[in-house]
Amino acid sequence: MTDKTTLKITYREALKRGIHEALINSDKVFLMGEDVGRYGGAFAVSKGFLEEFGEDRIMDVPLSESGFVGAGIGAALAGMRPIVEVMTVNFSLLALDQIINNASTLLHMSGGQINVPVVIRMNSGIGNQLAAQHSHSWEPFYAHIPGLKIVSAGTHEDARGMLSTALESPDPVVIFEYTSLLNMESEIPSGSGAVDLDKAKVRREGKDLSIITYGPGVYKALAAAEILASSRIDVEIIDLRVLNPIDNETIINSIAKTHKALIVEEAWRSVSISSEIISRIMENAFFSLDAPVERLCGIEVPIPYPKHLEDASIPQKQDIVDSVLKMIRYD
Amino acid sequence: MIEFTMPSLGADMEDGTLVEWRVKYGDFVKRGDIIADVDTQKGLIEIEVFDEGTIAELIVKEGENVPVGTVMANIIPVGEKVSVKKKSRIKKEPIKQIVNKGSIKIDDQLKISPLAKKIAKEKGIDLSTIKGSGPEGSIVKKDIDLAVVMKVESHVEVTGGKKEIAVKGLRAAIATAMSKSNREIPHFYLETRIDMSKALDWLRESNRQRELKDRLLSVVLLIKATAKAIKEVPSVNAFWENGLQLKDSINIGFAVSLRQGGVVIPAIPEADNKSLNQLMDLLNDLIPRARALQLRSSELSESTITVSNIGEGSTDKVFGVIYPPQVAILGFGNIVEEAWAEDGELSTRPVVHVTLAADHRAIDGYLGSRFLMALKKNLQKPEAL
Amino acid sequence: MKDEEAKATILRLLQEIAPDIDPEELGMDDNIREVFGIDSFDFLQLIIGLDKEFGITTPEEDYGKITTLRYLIAYVKATK
Repeated sequence: MTDKTTLKITYREALKRGIHEALINSDKVFLMGEDVGRYGGAFAVSKGFLEEFGEDRIMDVPLSESGFVGAGIGAALAGMRPIVEVMTVNFSLLALDQIINNASTLLHMSGGQINVPVVIRMNSGIGNQLAAQHSHSWEPFYAHIPGLKIVSAGTHEDARGMLSTALESPDPVVIFEYTSLLNMESEIPSGSGAVDLDKAKVRREGKDLSIITYGPGVYKALAAAEILASSRIDVEIIDLRVLNPIDNETIINSIAKTHKALIVEEAWRSVSISSEIISRIMENAFFSLDAPVERLCGIEVPIPYPKHLEDASIPQKQDIVDSVLKMIRYD
Repeated sequence: MIEFTMPSLGADMEDGTLVEWRVKYGDFVKRGDIIADVDTQKGLIEIEVFDEGTIAELIVKEGENVPVGTVMANIIPVGEKVSVKKKSRIKKEPIKQIVNKGSIKIDDQLKISPLAKKIAKEKGIDLSTIKGSGPEGSIVKKDIDLAVVMKVESHVEVTGGKKEIAVKGLRAAIATAMSKSNREIPHFYLETRIDMSKALDWLRESNRQRELKDRLLSVVLLIKATAKAIKEVPSVNAFWENGLQLKDSINIGFAVSLRQGGVVIPAIPEADNKSLNQLMDLLNDLIPRARALQLRSSELSESTITVSNIGEGSTDKVFGVIYPPQVAILGFGNIVEEAWAEDGELSTRPVVHVTLAADHRAIDGYLGSRFLMALKKNLQKPEAL
Repeated sequence: MKDEEAKATILRLLQEIAPDIDPEELGMDDNIREVFGIDSFDFLQLIIGLDKEFGITTPEEDYGKITTLRYLIAYVKATK
């Protein structure tokens, strides 16, 4: 059953394979977004698709987020399975009315009669010096909205497999992909495909401290864990993956084992995913805690343009190592 | 309503087993009454009550082992009429002391992780004996685990007689207290030699006139001289708990060693106000009970300073380890003949070496040395003791 | 009074003072205080016991003369 051979691919390639598979598997699936066709995608994720699948299924749209996201929602209502690509999360703010007032609400407004099976993909987080208007992380904002399933592809495996599961959902799913990971190479099982969209995932097992993270934090935490392992500190890493609804169980089980938690995210600190996770820990795992919960988040400024300031504005591998050491050394 | 709790008979006591209630529901008790017999690491102790009122409820059952601070009984104070439960709710002072479901008292200043607190409660660990190693000195799981291990070690292998078990527990209690002392208290030592010829001459003469059973031991002179010296330099008679707390009563803890190992320190209350005869009577009562591990709760918990005469008959000098939270321990060596130079003349005198071990957080060398000088002076005027 | 009688009584007194000792361990010429860890308090109890059993009032000056079982038996016989 299990295919032991692996495949070394970039995050971009993983996304591409996911979309390609979806387009092959169902005629109802089509991709729409700015520059997804002729240009091959702003981040070259859909390069070559227009030639392969044609204009009906690879649809370039005008620069009007509200318009084309609304069109995608309409297509979903009409029985199609649209993949709507919003170039970056920053521009999705223009489509919020469609996403909140239509996609997330219609099932409720119709008394359960109308599902909206739309999948919206967006790039999030810092790119490489793309400045404040192209670099923000809006996951906490989207995770706030009932009626949307919010998932975050922090690994190549999820970049490859989240879309096909999302397309099976009768309700709207927003997939966060990460600009900073696009060129990163990693090995995935060559047979890997659909992944679940329900559970957080323990990416590394450990006993001394739980790092709870998502998105680009996952690989940074894994790298930090390697450094910490040389100091005989054994951290557990939880990739949240699903930011709404959050999987309490995995978090609580981990803290029951390690008794300490550090949350890592690139989004701004206040009213963030980490705020929510810490609340849930207090609600569900208070008596398992042996130290105050700590968090590393984005500095609360518009993401700066200069490289060194951009790096300093979000948690890095070394910050994670330092925080963990500080929390553990009291032992 | 007054909550009667398992008393702490020193920093080293963690729990006790209720052997027998000496009172029953509805009994009237007053200060000093023996309310229960409790088996502790220091033997079977008669527990006294410090309030006046009527027993409303006996909560802990005979045979039950409970941590220090556990509410054992409820007492309705004199004059209180209202329904017991309601009144107690009103009377309870908020926040001052968090009572963790009636079992462990936790000071509101205490920092402890929720997990550590939970485990401590489950295992019945007395938090007041634990030093935290976590952030901001907080108590974390590791500290409790350590305390649990120590506690378990003190209770395992309990084969053999009751006394044997008690001695085993006593060993663990001493280990805890002395480790804490050595870890936390910056000891310093001062020593002096005291010419005991006048004291011993006086004692010999005094004993000659006494009935055999009324004879005094030299240690009584040492205790009384110490008590009087404390009156002159009260700083040594204190506790170090969140800073220096001078004690008004001079309750001298007298170290009684057990032949099979272990040491018990009953208090001689207000030793400065007692005559030599009274002190001797007290020793006649205390020493055999201490050796049999049958002391009362107050006798184990009231000492404000410790005197060790363990050198007697054997060792020249005794360098003590302070019993927390006290700030001083005085060690008397054997009284032996030594060469003594005075006024250009050399002679032999009976001499005792006395060593003061003191907590440098609380006392400085100058005061310690003044205390020893006062002691020396007192022993030169035995008739005034 | 026979030596054995005196010895038996003295050992019984010692046993009462220090219940956890084994009187069999004591040789005739052993220092009693050293072998049994008898302190001045215990010793005074022994002196009081001697008074009760034999009617001997031992003056303090004589304490030094009765350090072993042999001396003690002799002392009891001589004084009684």
